[in-house]
Amino acid sequence: MIITDEIIDYVSSLARLDLSGEEKTKIKGEIEKIIDYMEVLNTLDTTGVEPMSHVLPVTNVFREDVVAPSVPREEILANAPEADQGAFRVPKTVE
Amino acid sequence: MSEVKYETVIGLEVHTELATASKIFCSCTTEFGGEPNTHCCPICTGMPGVLPVLNQKVVEFGIAVGLATDCEITLYGKFDRKNYFYPDLPKAFQISQLYLPICRNGVVAIEGEGFQKNIRIHEIHMEEDAGKLIHDPIFDTTHADYNRCGVPLLEIVSEPDFRNAEEVIAYLETLKAILQYLGVSDCKMQEGSLRADVNLSVRPLGQAEFGTRTEMKNINSFRAIARAIAAERKRQIELIEDGGRVVQETRRWDDAKGVSYAMRSKEDAQDYRYFPEPDLSPVVISEEWKEEIRKSLPMLPKERKAKYMEGYGLSSYDAGIITGIKALADYFDEVNAILGQPQEVANWLLGDFMRLAKAGEGDSFDILLSPVHLAEIILMVKNNVINRNTAKEVFAAVWQEDLDPRQYVEEHDLAMVGDGDLIKDTVAKVLAANPKTVAEFKAGKEKVLGFLVGQCMKELKGKADPATLNTLLREALQ
Repeated sequence: MIITDEIIDYVSSLARLDLSGEEKTKIKGEIEKIIDYMEVLNTLDTTGVEPMSHVLPVTNVFREDVVAPSVPREEILANAPEADQGAFRVPKTVE
Repeated sequence: MSEVKYETVIGLEVHTELATASKIFCSCTTEFGGEPNTHCCPICTGMPGVLPVLNQKVVEFGIAVGLATDCEITLYGKFDRKNYFYPDLPKAFQISQLYLPICRNGVVAIEGEGFQKNIRIHEIHMEEDAGKLIHDPIFDTTHADYNRCGVPLLEIVSEPDFRNAEEVIAYLETLKAILQYLGVSDCKMQEGSLRADVNLSVRPLGQAEFGTRTEMKNINSFRAIARAIAAERKRQIELIEDGGRVVQETRRWDDAKGVSYAMRSKEDAQDYRYFPEPDLSPVVISEEWKEEIRKSLPMLPKERKAKYMEGYGLSSYDAGIITGIKALADYFDEVNAILGQPQEVANWLLGDFMRLAKAGEGDSFDILLSPVHLAEIILMVKNNVINRNTAKEVFAAVWQEDLDPRQYVEEHDLAMVGDGDLIKDTVAKVLAANPKTVAEFKAGKEKVLGFLVGQCMKELKGKADPATLNTLLREALQ
């Protein structure tokens, strides 16, 4: 499958990645290889095979509706790039 | 404006926060509010390597809502990831259901003044709520609070079956009543536990295809929804009449200003890249499980309304309003259990009671007076302890703090004068003071009687039984 520059631009913008021209060329080749590799699956005859929605033969893994204590806020915020007044502080985002 | 008549076509996406104790995929509390980020754990804040585990109650609530809206229940369902970058969801995806939602193809019957209609439900799916973002104007940054992140939601998606705001409001009222009866949500719009996105388009009347629709997000009161619909209909028609075209976009409704703004441009169209959620197992609902939930469903608004009409003889209108709000219907039952006078109780509930209960913010409905106390007021009227006017006054006075009405009547000396002699004396006094009016009455001017009644009531501080007073007054005038 041919991966166009437009596809690379689109996918990298969806992933919020800012790629240099060199990186784009490199990634284009890599993605093409990955897609071609996955193409192998399309050579299989899957007539009559139900699409699978999960790889493990398990269903209905539930928990009871019971509250357990949350984690202390300091721990929750420990990995925040910035925190202020108990909240994560992030660059301005307005829809 | 040209001669073309336009039809509005509306579909609704209603999000309802479920009244579970814990979140959908972790054990944090779903309680509203709280200090920022104090109802959080590694799962709901999207730390790497954590695994979500589905809250069984969410599935049960989903089945219950599906059954109450005549949906088909999906017996083999699963979750999907909806990918997007926005700081309200720290995982950078929302766990939702796209391919196999828990319910499909339902119907909700609505009615209002002059219309009755079935609104089709396209689907209902389970998903997690997002966090809250607050803009900080000082630092020009955004603060993220993830307390609400992971609170379970049901999204109820209707078909585009509405043609005006009245139908939309009737549907929302009906849906809200169903959700409250089932006990699956408190439906507090002001706290965001019931939110509606409005998809709206217009088309020339008679045209079969739909026009291009816009979506207005998260409008949080019935009144605001009605206003947003009127404004968006007008905006789209004007756009078309001016030779322009409607752009498919998401708009934010500013209720204070009465206008909506485009939120995302077309260039920025969302591509959610849904794929099956690998961290959650499929949800298999057996016929037995479904039937068990069906059997446990409480009486729903429709049945309760029928019961009030047939069993208590209430009008369709009265029964509809009372059963439309679960708290009000429960209250009615309690007061009626004491008094056994359904119509009298209904009359009380539909008057000042309704106004006071709705006096709070937004669409809130708060009953402050206990049923026993309302029953006492009604009993005092029945037993001629106080007259109706005084009863209204007492009602208004005791509402806020749920005071004991009997005590209030005693303390304020409001009990009616049972003493016929005192009333007779007052009548004599008033007649003596108003010879001209008496002469007018005797000359056939019947309506001056009202003035004399008023004068006597004033003398008696409003504490006379109007019927007794009338009789004695007429006797004295003979």
